[in-house]
Amino acid sequence: MLQTTFSPMSFVDPFADMRRMQSTMNQIFEGARLPGQSATYPPVNIWAAEGGIVMTTELAGLTEQDIELTVKDKMLSIRGTYPEPQSGDNIVWHRHERVDGAFLRSVELPFRVNPDLINARFENGVLTVEMQRPEDDKPKRVQIKSS
Amino acid sequence: MAQEITAQDTRDVTTNNGDANRRAMAFTPIVDIFERDGTTVIMADMPGVSPEDVDVTLEHRVLTLHGKVKPYAPEGYRALTSEYRVGDYIRSFTLSDEIDQAKINAEFKNGVLRLELPRSPEAKPQKISVKAG
Repeated sequence: MLQTTFSPMSFVDPFADMRRMQSTMNQIFEGARLPGQSATYPPVNIWAAEGGIVMTTELAGLTEQDIELTVKDKMLSIRGTYPEPQSGDNIVWHRHERVDGAFLRSVELPFRVNPDLINARFENGVLTVEMQRPEDDKPKRVQIKSS
Repeated sequence: MAQEITAQDTRDVTTNNGDANRRAMAFTPIVDIFERDGTTVIMADMPGVSPEDVDVTLEHRVLTLHGKVKPYAPEGYRALTSEYRVGDYIRSFTLSDEIDQAKINAEFKNGVLRLELPRSPEAKPQKISVKAG
C-alpha cells in the first residue's frame, strides 16, 4: 500500500473504519437513550496523534459537577444531566430550543489511553479531554536487517 | 471565499457580513426565552466564547447577540472525528415597546449568555392640549 503523508501507517489500524462502523451501530442500537434523545449527543471532535488523543465537546450551561467522564482502555464515556427548565405558575415560555435532560454517550478511541495521565478541563462550556497513549502501546519501529 | 448558507443540525449557519478578515463561520446560537413576573429572560448557548468576546448591542429596538470564538486545533494532531463545527455566534431579536431598554441586564457563565429584559412601568397617557385658532 502506498504510504502518503495524509495517512501514515504507523498509527492507523487498517480495520479502524470497520470497527468504527461497528461501534456506531452498537451505539445506535444499544446506547442508553431517553425518548427523544439520540445516542450521538453530545457531538464530539476528536484529534489523534501518535502519542495521544484530544477530544472536545460543547456542553454549554453545565458545570464540572454535572458532567461525569469515564475512561477505560479504548472507551470514553460522557454522562451528564442538564438542569430542568424553569417551571412554575408565573412562567410563560416563548421559545425552548436548548437541550434539557440526561445524556450518556460512549465513544471508542482508536487506541488505549492511560487513565492516570488524562487532563480534562471545562472552560466556557467546552469540555476538552487530553489523553496519552501508554508507552508500551505505542508502535515500535522495527529494524529490518539486510541479508 | 464562497459564501453559502447551510443548516447544521438545528443550528443555522449564517454568512459573514462583509468582514473578509474573519474566516470563521457564523452560527445561530440556540436560545431559551421565557417570561417571569414581567421580566423576559433570554438564555443563549455560546460555548467556546470567552466572556470578553461577547457583544450585546441594542440599536433602536433590535437586540443583537454576538460571540467570537477562537478556533481550537491542538498542535501536531490530526482530526479524526469532526461532528460539530466551530465558529462565531450571532443572533438578533426585535424587542417590543414594553421593554425598559435602560435596565437590560446581561451575564455570561459557562458558555451561556443570560439576558434579563424588564418590562418598563406603564407609560402614562399624555394629554396634548389643542390651541384654538
